[in-house]
Amino acid sequence: VCFIPGGLDCSISFVSHVLGKVCIHGRQKEILGVLVPRLADLTRSDCIWQRICWRLVEGVPDRWMEAVVLGFVQRAPRADVLSRLLGNLVVKNKKAQFVVTQKMLLLQYGHTTAVLQSLLGYLSLDSLRRTLLLRVLQELLETWSSSSAVKHSPAEQQLYISKAILICLSHLKEPEIESCRQELLTSMMEGVKCHLDSSLPQLRRLGMVVAENISLKINTEGPVLKFEYEEDDETRELKSLLVQTPSFCVVPSLPDDDESGKAGAALPLVPEGNETSHRAAPVMPDEESDAELDSDDDLIPYDMSEDTELKIKAPVYIRDCIEVLTGSGSEDVDKWEATVKALESLVRKNPAATREVSVELAKILLHLEEKTCIEGFVELRQRAQVAVLTTDPIPVAKYLTSQFYSLNYSLRQRMDILDVLVLAAQELSCPKFHGKTKHSGAQKPCIQLLPGSDSSQGWRRIVDERIKSKTRRFDTGQSRVELASHPNEFNSVAGYFFFPLIQHFDRPLTTFDLLGEDHLVLGRLVHTLAVLMYLAVNTVAVTAMGKALLEFVWALRLHTDSYVRQGLLSCVSSLLLSVPTERILADMTEELLETQSWLGDVMEKDPDGDCRRLALQNLLLMENLKKKLEAVPS
Amino acid sequence: MALPPPDPQFVLRGTSAAVHTLHFSCGDPEPDIPLLFSGSENGFIHVWNLKTHRVDTALDGHGRKSVYCVETMGGKDRLLSQGRDQRICLWDLAEGRTAVTDSVFTEHVGFCRCSLLKVAQGRWLMAMAARSLEEVQILELPSKTSVCTLKPEVGAKLGMPMCLKLWQLSCGSQPVLLAGYEDGSVVLWNVSMGKALSQLICHQEPVMSLDFDSEKAKGISGSSEKVLSIWSLNEQQNLQVYKTHELVNAGISDITIRPDKKILATAGWDHRIRIFGWKKLKPLAVLDYHTATVHCVSFSDHSNPRDRLLAAGSKDQRISVWSIYVQT
Repeated sequence: VCFIPGGLDCSISFVSHVLGKVCIHGRQKEILGVLVPRLADLTRSDCIWQRICWRLVEGVPDRWMEAVVLGFVQRAPRADVLSRLLGNLVVKNKKAQFVVTQKMLLLQYGHTTAVLQSLLGYLSLDSLRRTLLLRVLQELLETWSSSSAVKHSPAEQQLYISKAILICLSHLKEPEIESCRQELLTSMMEGVKCHLDSSLPQLRRLGMVVAENISLKINTEGPVLKFEYEEDDETRELKSLLVQTPSFCVVPSLPDDDESGKAGAALPLVPEGNETSHRAAPVMPDEESDAELDSDDDLIPYDMSEDTELKIKAPVYIRDCIEVLTGSGSEDVDKWEATVKALESLVRKNPAATREVSVELAKILLHLEEKTCIEGFVELRQRAQVAVLTTDPIPVAKYLTSQFYSLNYSLRQRMDILDVLVLAAQELSCPKFHGKTKHSGAQKPCIQLLPGSDSSQGWRRIVDERIKSKTRRFDTGQSRVELASHPNEFNSVAGYFFFPLIQHFDRPLTTFDLLGEDHLVLGRLVHTLAVLMYLAVNTVAVTAMGKALLEFVWALRLHTDSYVRQGLLSCVSSLLLSVPTERILADMTEELLETQSWLGDVMEKDPDGDCRRLALQNLLLMENLKKKLEAVPS
Repeated sequence: MALPPPDPQFVLRGTSAAVHTLHFSCGDPEPDIPLLFSGSENGFIHVWNLKTHRVDTALDGHGRKSVYCVETMGGKDRLLSQGRDQRICLWDLAEGRTAVTDSVFTEHVGFCRCSLLKVAQGRWLMAMAARSLEEVQILELPSKTSVCTLKPEVGAKLGMPMCLKLWQLSCGSQPVLLAGYEDGSVVLWNVSMGKALSQLICHQEPVMSLDFDSEKAKGISGSSEKVLSIWSLNEQQNLQVYKTHELVNAGISDITIRPDKKILATAGWDHRIRIFGWKKLKPLAVLDYHTATVHCVSFSDHSNPRDRLLAAGSKDQRISVWSIYVQT
């Protein structure tokens, strides 16, 4: 389509109609690919062409307006280009307004950041449109701060909305911020609360970044909200959105100035010392060699071989350790520190002595608080707990699982119990890895084992392939990974780890309600059960565990927290991998069929991407099982 | 074959509290008794008779707050003590009296020991940490008039002064102050003009103690880390690092150079006293007697070299007295 220039007074409504019809039929890309650059060029300096363009888009009938506007916004390279092309269309046309301010921002979330930038920039460039910008910001903030939106909308949509909010903020001018400062503050407070409540770390981070930046905008002087979180590409991208407009730059680099200043001040002194010492050093020895024999040589040194590093001795007996750890207050803190550091190795070296006092030790360790500032205290305590649990599994497991459901423990302590159980179970089921667990446990071993470690899923898939490649399986305790096989020590104690945890989950206590507020702990519990299930492969209790787990999963399958649902799906995976196929099909057929239909549902309709992926994986596993059974001649 | 280190010549017990400071007064000829003054954590100053090894007098002047500095002013009859009650007390001990004749309210809540320098007959200069965080005040005693206040420049961030040493090159010359600070630097101050001549960063951790040899213009400082730092003063009054010595265990509470400048002693947090030769900092001995951190070491001022003693006070409430390297 080419335009006829000239001073003709032509009506372009025909062109508008054509444009609209083409767009609605899905050919936006082709036509606008040619049209938009051409129009952009033409309208750059020519007002007449601008007006023609505006008339063009205004003339598109309402029923096709959405497609055209969407196309333009997507094609326009920058906000000012869009402004030239569309003019005040959003103000004049209701449909266009709806598309730009509502549909593209709140109902869709697939557009790129560049599109968002041009759209919101477009709204900010004209005073007529700025009111729309403010309204858009308010609506975005409402969504951002609504707790149901945070819980139920997919992470990608939440990221999109956060980006939009940040871009809007970057466009706002001081007087506008003044006028809506109060609302910004209220939304920010509510929104931060909902985001921090979420179990998914990505959402928490999103909330923190957005809240920090809102607070930065509304309190330009005075204390500003600051969170601690790990920077990653996403957060950096979000932060970069704030500084893009040259008209309103927020410079967050104040700390850098301080640091460079300090470094500058410190440097002149130290090199001075260094330089002069270099100068001094060659000078001094010369003088010394010239000097007379100094009477220093007359002084004969005494024997100093005893002068060694002072080491605080840790106790050598377990019972001594118990005494030191339970000892009163300001007693020898050095000894306390040395005991905490030495405890794990002592426990492992003296299994018989540990077994005598195992429950007492477990109790002490569970309640042990940091007295002095030791590096890695949390890890030391956890390793000691795991050592105690693996040395004397049954009584200590009984104790820990009962404490999990007791009153007056903090959430942190309950989650510690779960972590310890998982680590100990892993150690018991493959003792060969004992050396390796130490290394991988260097930082936060608990989180590595519990998902989202994709590595564990990958491992399962490898195991899965191995299952498929073997046509016949022997149930005689062959270890899954091809290493020397060891007796699975977890066999005799798996039940003690697993069943008590699953027993009381629906009984709320005054301070602990798994099905209510404490859904974070519930999520962790579910993941723990999945790992325990997985490690119980080839144990005697595995079928009973499988049945109990399946019932548990069924009861919780509609939980609103996506972290919990991911855990439930991992439980199903572990189940399918650990329980022998014959037993699954013999004892759990109906439940399995119900589960299969539920998995299909999750795969299609669940808002969370990870849940859908896990559901798909489970369905594949079920398929494999069926095929395998069909392959084996009965 | 090196000999094993010697045992203490005797041990003084009876303070019933950790010993924080020691000072000998043995210069008087017979029949005067050589004395050792010790300040303890329970606020008492004990006057030990070095012949009988018993406490002659116990002075209570700091309201049971720890005494962390004790000095004599020209003889054993006039004593100066500094305590955690924020006071410096001047005592008159002549003829058996035990009276506090005067006191200075320092308002200093830290642990910085004051430093005395005799400038003329009956006149002393005393450097002490003052109320304000980074300042050092110089007072003239006994008049208690302020000579000057040494303030580091704004933004220097030296922290609290940790240890002080006033000295002058010879009688009548300008008094100078060496101060070790919390940030690990040592600053040389000109007292009359009240300004800093030189600053040197000796340690990464606070300077716990320092001592200076004015004849050789060399000083040594110890800190809470493992390094002893030896620095020198050149003609332009600039401090330069001369040498460092690494110790086996971290933490030095006190350093003192013997008056004949041949050896020096350090009091360590690892319960050990270390003796070094001063010329080249050659390690000479490690005296391992105490069972808790050693807070202070002090050399005696006996006129007869063979009688010289070294005393160390520790948290284990004992004072060990040694006779070491007295043959030179």
